[in-house]
Amino acid sequence: MKLLVTFSRKKGREPIIAKVVLETGVLINVERAYIDAMEGEVLIDVPDEDYMRIRDRMTELGAIVSLLEHAIRRDEHECIDCGACVGVCPQEVFSFDEDWKITMRDERCVICGKCLPACPHDALSLVQ
Amino acid sequence: MEKSLDLINTRIRDGDARVVTAEEMPAIVAELGEEGALKEVDVVTTGTFGAMCSSGAFLNFGHADPPIRMEHLWLNDVEAYGGIASVDAYIGATQQSETRGEDYGGAHVLEDFVAGNSVELRANSRGTDCYPGRSITTELVLADLNQAIMVNPRNSYQRYDAAANTTDRTLNTYMGTLLPGCGNVTFSGAGVLSPLANDPAFQVIGSGTPIFLGGAQGMVIGEGTQHSPKTGFGTLMVTGDLKEMRQDFLRAATMTGYGVTLYIGVGVPIPVINLDVVRSTAVRDEDITTSIIDYGVPSRDRPVLRKVTYAELRSGTIELNGMEVRTSSLSSFRKAREVAADLKHWVEEGRMEMVLPVRKIDAAKSARPMRVTTHTPLVREIMDYEIVTITEDDEITTAAKKLLRGATNHLTVLDREGRLTGIVTTYDVTKAVGGREGIRYVKEIMTRHVITTYPLEPVDVAARKLKRHNISALPVVDPEGKVAGMLTAIDLGKLIGRRETK
Ligand code: SF4
Ligand code: SF4
Repeated sequence: MKLLVTFSRKKGREPIIAKVVLETGVLINVERAYIDAMEGEVLIDVPDEDYMRIRDRMTELGAIVSLLEHAIRRDEHECIDCGACVGVCPQEVFSFDEDWKITMRDERCVICGKCLPACPHDALSLVQ
Repeated sequence: MEKSLDLINTRIRDGDARVVTAEEMPAIVAELGEEGALKEVDVVTTGTFGAMCSSGAFLNFGHADPPIRMEHLWLNDVEAYGGIASVDAYIGATQQSETRGEDYGGAHVLEDFVAGNSVELRANSRGTDCYPGRSITTELVLADLNQAIMVNPRNSYQRYDAAANTTDRTLNTYMGTLLPGCGNVTFSGAGVLSPLANDPAFQVIGSGTPIFLGGAQGMVIGEGTQHSPKTGFGTLMVTGDLKEMRQDFLRAATMTGYGVTLYIGVGVPIPVINLDVVRSTAVRDEDITTSIIDYGVPSRDRPVLRKVTYAELRSGTIELNGMEVRTSSLSSFRKAREVAADLKHWVEEGRMEMVLPVRKIDAAKSARPMRVTTHTPLVREIMDYEIVTITEDDEITTAAKKLLRGATNHLTVLDREGRLTGIVTTYDVTKAVGGREGIRYVKEIMTRHVITTYPLEPVDVAARKLKRHNISALPVVDPEGKVAGMLTAIDLGKLIGRRETK
């Protein structure tokens, strides 16, 4: 499962992710990170069964944790099933089914935003 | 062996014509043989649904009171061409809105009309004795127009080049987003279903051929612009009534960084009148080849990276330079199938009969490049041959002196062999002097990732580099790798001066 973890550094400079990995023994995969002097936003991937534990512990440590589901949205009325999104997504979220319609494995999305400008029909958006 | 068109049309009228799509045809020919297929199949329907930039419509608005002879006019802020009589105009698909840029354009106006939305018409005129009106603003829906006749100068390419990008940055092109380092390949066209791929010799497609256009019954006018069947790139000029079109088959789109285009469904029914037609409609994706072109090269003659078939392109991945690369289609195969299927129903239901061309399309023509009579300026004509150089191990104070003495803002950093290793600007030096202590050498402040140009590069291309990277100078590197000069924003200024004084 993908979690978006936001933390502010005002509350101290604890290495939240490293700490949670050590404490819980759960391996956390960091998919993307934006960190500057004052705050950070990290997208992590954790095993489904450990999701609650990780979320609770990080929240205790002062982070805001939100579950990222269906982050990428496709407007089916606008989409014409061209496939321009297929080749640009680094996570292989998009593929054709046997009828040449687009299907999505949106749980894989790491909200990199690459597919948005690649869609000629403005059918894709990221849920905020 | 032949089959008469009369026989085919009689069957269509009686409702017992055998109509198949171009996707079904290869298997039928394989099963029944060519002669068997000729006997069995009466019509093969084709279809494609993709970006067709060269599209638009003639509109007639009727006369206002007092009458106005519209000279300049806009539809939802998209300019339409008014140089044709007083209340006629042509709206082109790629024209961009003057207020919304590439998010809205002529294609969107067409889609809004077809969707039943109201569109604002704004027009002005100098006023004449017979047309005193000088300006007008009104809201119109498609039903208010007397005519809205789509005329697309160039649609339904026989095939398209596929695109890749060997540079190290993402390119935004009319072939979509091209990732750096050949990270993806984009292509367009319906392959097996493509109208002209099923009649490359223009045996039965020509002026007067009835077609499916945007959901309406339309017609082939004749060869399209850029028609180049000799090189495998035939095109059609087509027409149809916008008032009968459906949004399902007419969609505006924006290729980011390139602009507005129109996606439209085009399908052509092919009467199976002889064995040549049987053979050409038996074409499969495997038989249709195209080239993957390097869009990283900003010139007309872009290099071909490899040849590829539509079967490979449609498989999702292809091999390019020993790597697995994913392919993205820009046109919709699902929609192309819908076009061919709708057309099939029309013919089965007797709503469309077959016509042989009233005038044949030349199948041997090839399009010529533009004849350019004015000279395209090259970097070597305006670059600065006097460059001031320095080495990495020189001190910053030396750099400062050289900048002052050379009356320049850019120093080229060279290694012992005279090869370019970096660039230092007045700004870098000032920053180093005013900034943190202890910086002494050029190598500590120079920019190492230098964007360069070359003497024979067109100035327009070099100017785009300056703009894109937000820099003020490009070292000019000759084919031997030596720095031959420098091209600065000031040099570009000289060129503009020259153009204006001409
Ligand atoms: S945002 Fe990135 S990861 Fe998500 S679907 Fe788009 S391209 Fe793929
Ligand atoms: S690029 Fe856009 S229109 Fe094309 S298949 Fe993807 S979401 Fe649909």
